[in-house]
Amino acid sequence: MIDAVEKEPSIYHIPSNKEDEGMGLCAGAFMGGKRPAIIMQNTAIGVTVNTLVTLTQFYRMPLPMLISYRGELKEPVACQVEMAVHTKALLNLLNIPTYHFHKSGDEEELDAILKYTFMCNKPVAILTDATFWGGY
Amino acid sequence: MVRSEIIRDIAPILRDQLVVCNIGLPSQELHMIDDQASNFYMLGTMGLSSSIGLGLALAQDKTVISIDGDGSVLTNFGTLPTIANNVADNFILLIVDNGSYGSTGDQPTYAGQKTSLAAVAKACGCETVIECQAEETGAVLKAAIESQKMTVIVSKCESGNIKVPVITKDPAVIRDRFMTEVARRNA
Ligand SMILES: Cc1ncc(C[n+]2csc(CCOP(=O)(O)OP(=O)(O)O)c2C)c(N)n1
Ligand SMILES: [Mg+2]
Repeated sequence: MIDAVEKEPSIYHIPSNKEDEGMGLCAGAFMGGKRPAIIMQNTAIGVTVNTLVTLTQFYRMPLPMLISYRGELKEPVACQVEMAVHTKALLNLLNIPTYHFHKSGDEEELDAILKYTFMCNKPVAILTDATFWGGY
Repeated sequence: MVRSEIIRDIAPILRDQLVVCNIGLPSQELHMIDDQASNFYMLGTMGLSSSIGLGLALAQDKTVISIDGDGSVLTNFGTLPTIANNVADNFILLIVDNGSYGSTGDQPTYAGQKTSLAAVAKACGCETVIECQAEETGAVLKAAIESQKMTVIVSKCESGNIKVPVITKDPAVIRDRFMTEVARRNA
């Protein structure tokens, strides 16, 4: 996916060193008139709660979060499951609309999800698990 | 000189630029001294003034000044390599280095001890890094704007705070007013 993003001339990709840093970049890009999105792993929910509530939600900004949902079926690393079991609970707790791509074809909803995100000015989570992206 | 005196000094320069201002007292001081639609006041999210400013600078053409703090840069050191490697010549990072976490009561930071933020910024690949004394900040900032080169300024000042009211504006209003001004200046 990062390769595809890098190849797409209409997308400006900035690799960031920490996910909350990426959310800060997205906030600035949004205020500069762009449509930002962040690509991250579900473990990042653990480090971005403060940014999600005090920046993205507090200032009512849209943020599609395309999330690699580690720790689901087919996961080889036990530790990833520890965050997976909290992922939806945390998103739910934060009132973040959450979509889960589990089977090929689920991605057909992406365009509608992006439109919805920029309509309601909220962070929105799109969880993509290994069954969906055929990993491992 | 303390931070509020620097902000008072540079306010006439700031009003012509887009400004992202750090959480806590820096935002409250700027808001009290010279509230402008072109100021984005951070009310939370310590550490992301530089990231928001860089994102904004890359997204549009007008000069963006992020007013940051030493403590906040220390908490998001990852920002410096990102800035160095994504050059936006309309971006200025002004780190007000008072050697303390001023907004929470001036607890000392490592920037006021052995750690040089200017040296770290240079080591991260930032090409134009200027460390200056508080009194020189206005002149250095002016030159940085005119140079149209991405610049990191580390302004060394004394720690200390003044009494200043909190910002009661609704965050969505701050954001909307700012975005309207960004669009107007780019029109
Ligand atoms: C994650 C997190 N930790 C701590 C704080 C509390 N806090 C708010 S501002 C601040 C100090 C910031 O210091 P600095 O960036 O040096 O700015 P100064 O106030 O000194 O100008 C702290 C510790 C916070 N808001 N978020
Ligand atoms: Mg400080």
